[in-house]
Amino acid sequence: MTAAGDRLGPTLFERSRPGRGGGKVPHPPKDTLSRIPSDQLRAEGPNLPEVAEPELTRHFVNLSQLNYAVDSGFYPLGSCTMKWNPKVNEWAARLTGFASLHPFAPDELAQGTLQLLWEVEQWLAEIAGMRAVTLQPSAGAQGELTGILMVRAYHRSRGDLARTEVLVPDSAHGTNPATASMAGFATVSIPSAPDGGVDLDAFRAALSPKTAAVMITNPSTLGLFESRIGELLAAVHAAGALAYMDGANLNAIMGRFKPGEAGFDVMHFNVHKTFSTPHGGGGPGAGPVGVGEKLLPFLPVPRVLREPDGLFRLERPGERTASIGRVRSFAGNTGVLVRAYAYLRAHGASGLREVSDDAVLAANYMKSQVTGVLDVPFSRHCMHEFVASSATLKAQTGIRTLDVAKRLIDYGFHPPTIYFPLTVEEALLIEPTETEALETLDAFVQALRSIVDEAHSDPDLLHSAPHSSPVRRLDEATAARQPNLRWRPMTGRQMPCPD
Amino acid sequence: MAYGPHTPEDRAAMLEAIGVSSVDELFADIPADLRASDLQLPPPESEVELTRRLRDMAGRNRVDLASFLGAGAYRHFVPAVVDELLLRGEFYTAYTPYQPEISQGTLQTIYEYQSMMAELTGMEVISASHYDGASATAEAALMTCRATRRERVLVSHAVHPHYCQTLGTYFVGANLVADEIPLVAEGPAAGTTDLAALERMLADVDRPVAGVVMANPNFLGLLEPMAEAGSLAHAAGALFVAVVEPVSLAVLASPAFYGADIACGEGQPLGIPLAYGGPYLGILGCRESLVRQIPGRLVGMTTDIDGKRAFVMTLRAREQDIRREKAASNICTNQALCALAASIYLAAIGPHGLRDVATLGAARAAELENALAEAGAPRLHPGPYLNEFAVRVPHARAVHRKLLSRGVLAGLVIAEVIPDDPSLADALLVCATEVTTAYEIGEFAWALRDEIERGRQLILPGMADSHVADSQSAERTEGGAR
Repeated sequence: MTAAGDRLGPTLFERSRPGRGGGKVPHPPKDTLSRIPSDQLRAEGPNLPEVAEPELTRHFVNLSQLNYAVDSGFYPLGSCTMKWNPKVNEWAARLTGFASLHPFAPDELAQGTLQLLWEVEQWLAEIAGMRAVTLQPSAGAQGELTGILMVRAYHRSRGDLARTEVLVPDSAHGTNPATASMAGFATVSIPSAPDGGVDLDAFRAALSPKTAAVMITNPSTLGLFESRIGELLAAVHAAGALAYMDGANLNAIMGRFKPGEAGFDVMHFNVHKTFSTPHGGGGPGAGPVGVGEKLLPFLPVPRVLREPDGLFRLERPGERTASIGRVRSFAGNTGVLVRAYAYLRAHGASGLREVSDDAVLAANYMKSQVTGVLDVPFSRHCMHEFVASSATLKAQTGIRTLDVAKRLIDYGFHPPTIYFPLTVEEALLIEPTETEALETLDAFVQALRSIVDEAHSDPDLLHSAPHSSPVRRLDEATAARQPNLRWRPMTGRQMPCPD
Repeated sequence: MAYGPHTPEDRAAMLEAIGVSSVDELFADIPADLRASDLQLPPPESEVELTRRLRDMAGRNRVDLASFLGAGAYRHFVPAVVDELLLRGEFYTAYTPYQPEISQGTLQTIYEYQSMMAELTGMEVISASHYDGASATAEAALMTCRATRRERVLVSHAVHPHYCQTLGTYFVGANLVADEIPLVAEGPAAGTTDLAALERMLADVDRPVAGVVMANPNFLGLLEPMAEAGSLAHAAGALFVAVVEPVSLAVLASPAFYGADIACGEGQPLGIPLAYGGPYLGILGCRESLVRQIPGRLVGMTTDIDGKRAFVMTLRAREQDIRREKAASNICTNQALCALAASIYLAAIGPHGLRDVATLGAARAAELENALAEAGAPRLHPGPYLNEFAVRVPHARAVHRKLLSRGVLAGLVIAEVIPDDPSLADALLVCATEVTTAYEIGEFAWALRDEIERGRQLILPGMADSHVADSQSAERTEGGAR
């Protein structure tokens, strides 16, 4: 067994030797391309690596082992819901009928997938208390854009062109204000109340005939349920604005709170969080959007429809003119939605409610154990995640949240989300999820305790952490000042491979 | 619960540690009047029941036909090693590499993806990654507006219609203008972008153009005069965006060669399954001078504090979690695992293999062209193509349906995605790749000849619609009997 540090290896380009590889595809007839004008052809082939399959396999296997992943350990990355990714989901997505179906296959050839998509829409609509769901958006952020574009279309359809602002709490994910900008709105940032919740008075003061929507994450990014959400929604609607719910934290509230029932007009789901589809090192996810009655006409095309005879079909071009249009090609990240469907079916109504109950139970348990080890700024019961802070530790020892996070790596854990939300000093956002065993939760808290002890006894150990990882802290400043974003032969001379 | 580890004793221990008697107490912050109605959903299923259900649903899709369907998503051979490596849990169950010390695997593979895609496109900077070809094209067009501070782009009518529509959706939101460049109607350049029209549109001094967007090969499979179009764009102070298909770049001139400032496109052909439209891979790359305008993740090479070579996400000040409302885009989660699939595919197939894939597709397509022409379906346009082209088929929609029942998926009825263009009314868009066989081509041509001849005998002017209706109901009946 090679030690992790030794797995750092050459790039594919450094492994390349002319003449290696091949054998995958038969050779074509020699003069095939002579029918194409030479100025349309490439003079020299691309300089891609040439590697044989054994080296190729070891290259990627060794690289994979430099990663920390849910499959290797506890990953309490707040706001990201790094729950277990069930293996049967991967099997399902790879079934030939699902995986080999062309996106332009006529509806009669696609009844299995169309039914699956239609059912996922129904399930999500029921979970969220929404009237209908589109599965098109490829990720949460694209779901947000889809939702806010629908809000824009709604106001315009009423001739209300004055609504140019979107209100967003300062604790929101960065995607919320970035989305508002992409949809042509100005973002108005609303400070949070001292208890971490929305500041109702500040919202009331900011609401005006210019307000198109408010974007609320509930439970909030602090892991707290917005207990005054009813009053807020009433104020938003009284001002003629619509209420968008960022569904990033849906894992806490399935079966307990249906945003649509409560009065939200639109929300997105992150199926790679709540419904267990793998995060893939940064995607692919899927970001379905649910809407209430008001936004129904504006859903993107194409919707999946069930005909009276029980057959399913995609909407055809031009069938629904009020739609905001397409937000991507084809029907959506269907392969991801197959995985989500498997998850939904495996749980059913009772299982989904239990997921949320256990996620909230685990977070509150951890919070009770972390209290007294680090600062826990908000004492009321949390939802599926909670915020801790190293503010006191920093004042006493100079050890920052970054140091604590890096030292957790030495203890064999993925660090929580750090320095988010921006509203809490030295924040650690800890989300255990419902799929981690009690002894894992205890081991993590014990590691935090040990690190706090070390902060007092041996702070340098923490400043220089991590020590056991394949590489140590990186020179991010040089990476940004002199970006090296692609391999060139000279790269190897300037920055030789660690081997 | 299906995957949770908690025993009743575990739950009791946790409740006791928290100091509450039931989980319900933890939800006390939810106002009583806003508590959810019961979830009206079916009960849980065991893995035995679940796998039976899923296998049955997958089986209700028909993927056994001889398929000539492309139109932006392509059937290709994928070496076995690609999926074997993608199933490494260390890759697919990790998240965005926020902690680089324990994410070097993901980071290095992204750097290698950027490098290989840079070699293919000739672009200096490749972002990793975007959702699909459509959203990558929309982001490319938005980049041209940010970089030039102009508010209008020109998009060829022969860019994939889904990309045009997506770009339109993004542009409406951003209060920007996208105008369509028409196609040449007749002659040797028929079906390609009309450069004379482009020149006129660029000359409108009151409405300066930020970017010109063209696809090569275009949606109709034709090769475009990219170098000339790029020169026209640059002369007007606009940027030139090339929408490309990555396998074709093994043999076709690269975007850098013909002067594109931005390259974008759909990465699905690089080892990613069709999967009814996704997850796919949005490719987006640009010249070095545009690096601060490009949205999405970038990974750079650097060193750690011991001087050891390592990789890290960089130029993060473009991104939403740092810049919030001033970010280049709201993109966060992207398609990283699909970028990894593309990397493994490219490394497994190799530069010569990729050239063989592209060339074999071209060879099979030429065979297909001859066979279909002999069957009575000649090409619609005379210009050069690589592996996809349009053919004229009388009553294309009805014939396409009839061929389904004969086991042939005869490409795309173009009018179903571009309903408003009379020049494309009776046309099928067909493609061949390295997996297309001579037998399949023969089956297609034989069945097509048969249907065209029957159509000549059966369909009189004015009867086409009833023929469609008949074939639809016949299709349903047959489908039900299977």
